[in-house]
Amino acid sequence: MKLFKTLMVTTAVAMALMANSAHAETKKIALVVKALGIGFFEAANKGAQEAAKELGDVEVIYTGPTTTTAEGQIEVINSLIAQKVDAIAVSANDTDALVPALKKAMERGIKVISWDSGVAKDGRSMHLNPSSSPLIGNMIIKLAADQLPEGGDVAVLSATATSTNQNVWIEEMKKVLPNYKGINVVATVYGDDLADKSYRETQGLIQSYPNLKAIIAPTSVGIVAAAQAVTDAGKTGQINVTGLGLPSEMAGHVKSGASKSFAIWNPIDLGYSATMIAYDLIGGAEAKPGAELKMGRMGAVKLDDNNEGAMADPFVYDASNVEEFSKIF
Amino acid sequence: MAEQHLSPRLIPDRLQSRSSRMLKSWESLLLVVAILIFALNSFASPYFLDPWNLSDATFNFTEKALIAFAMALVIISGEIDLSVASIIALSSTAMGLAVTMGADTPVLVLVGLGTGLFCGMVNGLLITGLGLPSIVVTIGTMSLFRGLSFIILGDKAYTGYPESFAFFGQGYVWWVFSFELALFAVCAVVFGVLLHKTNFGRTVYAIGNNQTAALFSGVRVGRVKFILFLLTGLMAGIASICLTSRLGSTRPSIALGVELEVVTMVVLGGVSILGGSGTIPGVVLAAFIMGMVTFGFGLLNVPGIVMSIFIGALLISVIALPILWSRARRRMAQ
Repeated sequence: MKLFKTLMVTTAVAMALMANSAHAETKKIALVVKALGIGFFEAANKGAQEAAKELGDVEVIYTGPTTTTAEGQIEVINSLIAQKVDAIAVSANDTDALVPALKKAMERGIKVISWDSGVAKDGRSMHLNPSSSPLIGNMIIKLAADQLPEGGDVAVLSATATSTNQNVWIEEMKKVLPNYKGINVVATVYGDDLADKSYRETQGLIQSYPNLKAIIAPTSVGIVAAAQAVTDAGKTGQINVTGLGLPSEMAGHVKSGASKSFAIWNPIDLGYSATMIAYDLIGGAEAKPGAELKMGRMGAVKLDDNNEGAMADPFVYDASNVEEFSKIF
Repeated sequence: MAEQHLSPRLIPDRLQSRSSRMLKSWESLLLVVAILIFALNSFASPYFLDPWNLSDATFNFTEKALIAFAMALVIISGEIDLSVASIIALSSTAMGLAVTMGADTPVLVLVGLGTGLFCGMVNGLLITGLGLPSIVVTIGTMSLFRGLSFIILGDKAYTGYPESFAFFGQGYVWWVFSFELALFAVCAVVFGVLLHKTNFGRTVYAIGNNQTAALFSGVRVGRVKFILFLLTGLMAGIASICLTSRLGSTRPSIALGVELEVVTMVVLGGVSILGGSGTIPGVVLAAFIMGMVTFGFGLLNVPGIVMSIFIGALLISVIALPILWSRARRRMAQ
């Protein structure tokens, strides 16, 4: 009888264990992008898959519409709600239009976050920015200063005089300028994000400031035009062009030496972090102002009053890695 | 045009019984396809057969189908309206503008409908008044109407829609039946009656089959066409109200590319792109098919581009099938 009892108990325990392991099913996290077939987002998916592998019990559903429309994303979100996914991490085509659909998702118990391109506050629990203005402002001056141990004159080639993003970054840059000894910002010119105007403004800078050691262009149009102008003026090696640019457009200029290094967010890290945060929220973490959410190897993100957080410093691209990333975006 | 007259649908074949004609009709083929897709979907995904999920899925096609009904009439009459998506954008922008001026829901609905009617009137006047080809005029107004929204809105968005306005795109009439679905059903009946049971409907077919003959038979061709474009504008206005309400916001890029999906729906529904034939039940079935295919593929996380390929292949085959069929029959008869 005792044997029978023991057997019974063991079986019960074993069954309970099995049932338990069946309950710990894989969590479905949907990575919704602006449109499929864009290198930047394919790279983000790579990061998301990396996160899924690391976490083990996560299945990443990488999806998005064919064209970058809000209506297309809503259709995708509706089908994800129907599949009862555990979390949706979206890079939105429209800040406002997705809100009703995402609200519905949250009402049905799905965790919703936005990354890269945000959703209005009502439609998500948190938003992950690839970086923040202070981090970007610091990075662009650091990139120039790192190549100038003795200090020297640097100039800024911006987009338009009214570009909000660039103005904020330049302002943040000037705030941290005292930390970089010997670096003088001699001028700020505006290329209006037009290739030819940026090129001419750079030529002007080269002529006006013979001691110019670096040009900082926190715009992907400006940085390419500036690098071209420096190359054409035969100043490669004397004037270093840096700032924010796309690896695919800058690879040639890094190779030629016109640009030693530049920065932009790393889409792989972004997809990885978004997945990690979604997982943290599924696990019970709460997205509220001041909260810290875990991002695996990327550390943790701290949320501000709008439930927004910045992932990291912009990622630095130089001769060692630009080749690899130029294939991605 | 020669091909069209050879197709079996247009030959008045009184030798066949009513039921056998029904069986061989385009609509029965679509019904079989619809049932097949429904069955495949329920088999492929455990989430498909859920009343709420199916209800959500109807939003994929209701707004487009509302326009497709009017578009079917336009295409049957031998014309086309490619400006419908831009009319949605302009109506939506006008409603957004009205919101900023403090308008409430009833006024917003009037503004939406009014803008749609106005756009339809512009199309109708240019086409019937000046005698310009509809494809040229509506390609022009397609840019014009959306261009106006871009000028008014730029990169901004209107978001402050009143809460009661949300009913049109997010509300439910009864259980899982949304307002949009109910509207879709009502419009299907109204347009079905208009096309198949009224003199007006007969004249639309007459114009599409032979405009000159219709004219000489005393049909006021210009007036009928003008009404059709007015109707399409009105339906685009209604669709705009639904879509704007569903999105809760307006951006000039709203409903981009919808005109082609509407035309696809109409042609898939068995309406001859050359005019003269087609039915509303066919369009209703095509709407369901397109909605279910999109939703079913979505549930399986099939990339959108595969869906486009599938719809494209479906479209080409449904256009090619009757032509090939009639050729094969001719060859057999020889």
